[in-house]
Amino acid sequence: MQRIGVFVCWCGSNIAATVDVKRVAETLGQEPGVVYSADYQYMCSENGQQLIKTAIKEHGLTGIVVCSCSPRMHEATFRKTAESAGLNPYMVEIANIREQVSWIHKDIEEATVKAIILGRTAIAKLLLNTPLTAGETGVTKRALVIGGGIAGIQTALDIAEAGYEVDIVEQRPTIGGRMAQLDKTFPTLDCAACILTPKMVDCAQNEKIDILSYSEVEEVKGFVGNFTVKIRKKARYIDEKKCTGCGICMSVCPSKKGLNEFNMNLNNRPAAYIPFAQAIPNVAVIDPEQCIKLKTGKCGLCSMKCEAKAIDYTQQDSFVERNYGAIVVATGFKIADLKYFNEYGYADNKDVITSLELERLMNAAGPTKGTLLRPSDNTHPHVITFIQCVGSRDISGCGKPYCSKICCMYTAKHAMLIREKYPDTEVHVFYIDVRTPGKNYDEFYRRAVEQYDVDYIKGMVGKVYNENGKLMVQGSDLLSNEQITIASDLVVLAAAIEPEPSVRKIATLLTTSIDTNNFLTEAHAKLRPVESPTAGIFLSGMCQGPKDIPETVSQASACAAKVIGLLAKDKLKCNPCVSISDDSMCIGCGTCANVCPYGAITYVDKEFRLGGGKTEVRRVASVNEAVCQGCGACTVACPSGAIDLKGFTTKQIMAEVEAVCKR
Amino acid sequence: MQRIENLMKAKAIELLENGTVNRVLGWTAGDFYYDNTPAIFNSKEEIEKSFVYNSFCGANLSKYLVKERKNEGKILVFLKPCDTYSFNQLVKEHRVNKDNIYIVGIECQGHLSIEAIKAKGIDGVVGLEENGEEVTVKSIYGDKTVVRGEVMLEKCLSCKSKKHVAYDELIIVNEMPEADSMKRFSKVAELEAMTADERFAFWKSELSKCIRCNACRNVCPACTCTKCVFDNPESGVDAKANADKFEEKLFHIIRSFHVTGRCTDCGECSRVCPQNIPLHLINRKYIKDINEFYGEYQAGADTESKAPLTAFTTSDIEPGSNLKEGK
Amino acid sequence: MQEINKEYQPLIVAFCCNWCSYAGADLAGSSRLSYPANVKIIRVPCSCRVNPMFILKAFQRGADGVIMCGCHPGDCHYTTGNYYARRRMTLLFDMLDYLGIEKERTRVEWVSAAEGVKFSNVMNEFAAKICELGENKRLEDLRCKE
Repeated sequence: MQRIGVFVCWCGSNIAATVDVKRVAETLGQEPGVVYSADYQYMCSENGQQLIKTAIKEHGLTGIVVCSCSPRMHEATFRKTAESAGLNPYMVEIANIREQVSWIHKDIEEATVKAIILGRTAIAKLLLNTPLTAGETGVTKRALVIGGGIAGIQTALDIAEAGYEVDIVEQRPTIGGRMAQLDKTFPTLDCAACILTPKMVDCAQNEKIDILSYSEVEEVKGFVGNFTVKIRKKARYIDEKKCTGCGICMSVCPSKKGLNEFNMNLNNRPAAYIPFAQAIPNVAVIDPEQCIKLKTGKCGLCSMKCEAKAIDYTQQDSFVERNYGAIVVATGFKIADLKYFNEYGYADNKDVITSLELERLMNAAGPTKGTLLRPSDNTHPHVITFIQCVGSRDISGCGKPYCSKICCMYTAKHAMLIREKYPDTEVHVFYIDVRTPGKNYDEFYRRAVEQYDVDYIKGMVGKVYNENGKLMVQGSDLLSNEQITIASDLVVLAAAIEPEPSVRKIATLLTTSIDTNNFLTEAHAKLRPVESPTAGIFLSGMCQGPKDIPETVSQASACAAKVIGLLAKDKLKCNPCVSISDDSMCIGCGTCANVCPYGAITYVDKEFRLGGGKTEVRRVASVNEAVCQGCGACTVACPSGAIDLKGFTTKQIMAEVEAVCKR
Repeated sequence: MQRIENLMKAKAIELLENGTVNRVLGWTAGDFYYDNTPAIFNSKEEIEKSFVYNSFCGANLSKYLVKERKNEGKILVFLKPCDTYSFNQLVKEHRVNKDNIYIVGIECQGHLSIEAIKAKGIDGVVGLEENGEEVTVKSIYGDKTVVRGEVMLEKCLSCKSKKHVAYDELIIVNEMPEADSMKRFSKVAELEAMTADERFAFWKSELSKCIRCNACRNVCPACTCTKCVFDNPESGVDAKANADKFEEKLFHIIRSFHVTGRCTDCGECSRVCPQNIPLHLINRKYIKDINEFYGEYQAGADTESKAPLTAFTTSDIEPGSNLKEGK
Repeated sequence: MQEINKEYQPLIVAFCCNWCSYAGADLAGSSRLSYPANVKIIRVPCSCRVNPMFILKAFQRGADGVIMCGCHPGDCHYTTGNYYARRRMTLLFDMLDYLGIEKERTRVEWVSAAEGVKFSNVMNEFAAKICELGENKRLEDLRCKE
């Protein structure tokens, strides 16, 4: 038989003004199973907690009910109190008599009666509580970072810095990501390569970091602290260990028609290539779609010329399987497809380009060696028009409902750089709003307008069309309320960004949630912004939402801090309020696993004694306590009622229902 | 019918003798001509002596395979088209091991209801002579010919399919009539069209007949739990009898909810109910709702598809949004 | 808020998920938004923990109305729990209606942790509706006294 103590809190006058706390304590003190009851001004205060501890010890209490504020407020507090007095923390129930009683009811009689019923309900539940102990699991002290852009690089470096091993899986042949494609970065105008490539080199040189480039995550098993990940290393037809990155294969390769992805397809590259000069790993890769040898069997020039004997046309995809304690998603973004935006003529006019293409056109290592030339005829453009919010903040369904966040700043940057380098140019920018929150950001934008005479026009563009070699940009100027047409040589679209499409598959593999825009959902938008709701999965960079480089790096480091916090633990404590299956009732039908959002349920064949020396082997459900988050979906799905949820058992909830219904 | 019985016996003996199976699940005669019951046959002699198949073999044999799973060796089972749906559902839920079962799908012209025959004033039935749509019932008081469609079991009148969805081989001699699976929802639709008060009155008179004999549960091929929630003191709804007036309703709501999306509409619950409660109308309501809300779904049609209650779409309808207010 | 008949106080059981709706009820409390005292809340981790048996049990024990509140579809703390709950309740409520139990006695509402006002409004409305309907006789007693 339980010995229950009831503690009624006044919460100053918050409760006591509307609820007759003395009467509540006295009435509940008479309930079967209750051996002690008390009321006190502030139960959560040090003195209040002391009162509880003393009572637990003096009266040998086996469980306590605290009638106070919401359990969301102080359940954890009172559990700790109970634990410090030697009681199992799960032998504590809270009756919420503040938010659900004193704060919403005015009539003292009515409120007091309700408080008593809620107290009785908590007692009814507590009578069925059993002490719960949190299970423990070990932690594999190694992290996986999916994506090798600036976010992944920063997270990996920080984790490695703390002394943990970390692997970067990058789907492209080199790490560096989008940032490597940028020319300059706002608001300081540093050259992107100058600040990024040292970090890439750090990654390559750090002995704690292993870079798996040209690789993809294939399969994920396990749970927080104990993931097993199968990684596909795509065949690059080059022996990574032998290749010295000399580039001879590139120069001898006769197939030069492959589109140069790094330069946003603005020029071509050979079939055997190194994406860019500072690539990490600095190892070539052969594009099987373009390689003459791989397609026809004839050629083999690169193999003949390669002094390191690194070329291997027979290479196949290979797989590695590794264990990790934590997984970071840093899959980044891409420019959204512009197919729904015919009005800007992107598909029809070579001189209508995206901002990322402009980055390559302005970059010294780009297709034009840094001279700004029109893609159509390689001439110097005089009038350049920028159009912002192309596909962002678009609720028509063609684009993205969100603000891509970085476009205002990079457009100001582009405008400024062009005016700086080519003072003979005329630069116009169409905008809906200019959004520049951030340190030194608005100053930066003002410099573009004031110092560099960039012409900002508030309004959207309706149409871009070609007239005698000029791009006619037709739009409205909302401030002067007139229709204008600007004859331009080059039109730059600030296209919306969207999450890298492969993130959807990764989210499925990781059983983590993703929103309608394909951004990964954080565990809490404000308080847990770098964790995913699935334990052990963390979010770094653009995969979680639009952000610029400074923000990405901050988030990447925050993410690393969370990973380090996890890896620093030797054991993980699990939530003890998890599902438990009763083997004697389970029929192994498989329904529970079908509704489990975490994949926490598997089935095992177990041998059971039947009596008389006979045994039978039956298929029964088995819950992985470290993975189960305690939602209870399985408990209702189970037709035989074999699976129950600790802390919220069917019997407990039934007892609560009966208690609240007692008039 | 006699011809089919002979073919079935021959097949059973053949499979027993060539070692394909070591036992046979079929029907044997009961105390009366019309109460054939499921039985296991272990030898040629047993088959010859007591194996029976006639139009009083409405019982669905698939559920008996659950118990047989514990025994060694392969078993031969005779399944009518509708029984194969139950079989598939059991495979899907890992309740039977397909590898140890040899299915012979058999022809079904619809089975007969002794209640319906008695209602025609025929008692003391001792035999049948079937000739297409005409059935001559032989009784100790003489012969009487009736139209088959007037004396069939409810589940056969509203037959959902004449297609075997699982079998190793088939014994079909005569052509089987086409089934119209949508027809079975007409009574449900009729009830839906009533006012809440009328529906309440209907179910009050039906469910208050329940004596809680558990026959519906015990025969149901979807009810294969080793311990039913109604027998489990931990469940909070356990009861051996309907102790208060609420409980017969509770029992049927919960029982039907437990088989929602798993019930193949085999109609066994109504067939065995000693009080003739139209229990199939409860299960069929769920089936009709599922079809309307979440797309056509026939439990047991396959062994892979996701059951409606273990699936969802983000745009599912909101609870109660389809219902009319008022009495 | 509608004035509620003093003599007849309907008993309403509200199942609230811990993460959204229970927090929404807390917010209603801290915003001092009142609703009838006979609305009694039972906390569950997720709406998908609500077994139809709980709802029937409440009716059996004399509840006049039962409401289930959960996170808005798409916002479930456990990602998909409320989607399963939504299907289960749709079918259960339909069945109760089919058996002739007034549809108004059952309800599902999605209440976020931010929707204190909604929580209070929903409870007031629901209680008013149940008040109109009166006592729940149908589920308490089927084999009615003739």
